[in-house]
Amino acid sequence: MGLLDREFSDGNIVIAKTEDLLNWARLSSLWQLSFGLACCAIEMMATSASHYDFDRFGVIPRPSPRQADIIIISGTVTLKMATRIKRLYEQMPDPKYIISMGSCSNCGGPYWEHGYHVLKGVDRVIPVDVYVPGCPPRPEALLEGLIKLQEKIRHETLRKKTA
Amino acid sequence: MKTPGEIFEILKEKFGDKITGIETELPVEPVISVDPLAIKEVCEFLRDNDDLRFDTLMSLAGVDDANGEKTKDEDGYDIIKGGTLSVYYHLDSIQKGHKVTLKVSVEREKPEVESVESVWRAADWHEREAFDMYGIVFLNHPDLRRILMPEDWQGHPLRKDYKNPEYYQGMKVPY
Repeated sequence: MGLLDREFSDGNIVIAKTEDLLNWARLSSLWQLSFGLACCAIEMMATSASHYDFDRFGVIPRPSPRQADIIIISGTVTLKMATRIKRLYEQMPDPKYIISMGSCSNCGGPYWEHGYHVLKGVDRVIPVDVYVPGCPPRPEALLEGLIKLQEKIRHETLRKKTA
Repeated sequence: MKTPGEIFEILKEKFGDKITGIETELPVEPVISVDPLAIKEVCEFLRDNDDLRFDTLMSLAGVDDANGEKTKDEDGYDIIKGGTLSVYYHLDSIQKGHKVTLKVSVEREKPEVESVESVWRAADWHEREAFDMYGIVFLNHPDLRRILMPEDWQGHPLRKDYKNPEYYQGMKVPY
């Protein structure tokens, strides 16, 4: 993390910039909306389970969008579902982040040509921060995506949301 | 236990002209063709007859036969006029251990089939799916509305001449 472990030795006083402190707090407790769509959701569940342990990065599934910081779009986004995803995203409080997981939600995946019912990329309805490729991505890939998102949050400023 | 041929003979004797034929030259099991407006009484008979006892509807599926007159529109999409849409019924008798396949064919421009929902409750959602995907109307169905596509969707996606819309609720559909 770089924030606490450097500065705690000196008399239990932490000196940090407000931005660093806020960013550190945000990236260390990314509460995830428990929301899964297709086969990618199975990999996401495996990532949450004990072997890969999402919790060690501070990712805890929350059952309500009002309590969530991050939504992982894990699977095929149908047009019918896209309207619901948009609503869920709008219900989340700021700051909010999105990981698009797997080919389907990145660009339509195997349904890109003949999927009359599939939205060809979730970024057509909501802004995506990190794209994780794969069909489905392995848990390691999703963890990598999460770390990438944490890197983005670490360099955010108060003036402008970049992630 | 009866073969599809024997079942066809029983049905032909009971319903006469309403049983329009049997196709045996198929790589799969024979298919008995039935009049679309008589399918309910035929199915009721198949279920209740002591020798037949078809207690299970394994599957009900729509098919676009695409056997009408084909032309192309300016974008290269097929337009099909005339011909038929079909519904296939796969029946199974757990008590007697035999199976049979029924088929009804209806005109593409007026696809109306009698519902068998009152014979087997399993037909309810299957018929809604066939309606959703092919636009086949099941007469006397208690709740015939789309089951998979959104309720405000236009068209029936599994028809061979289906044309995907450019936009749905402001979202671009093609890649």
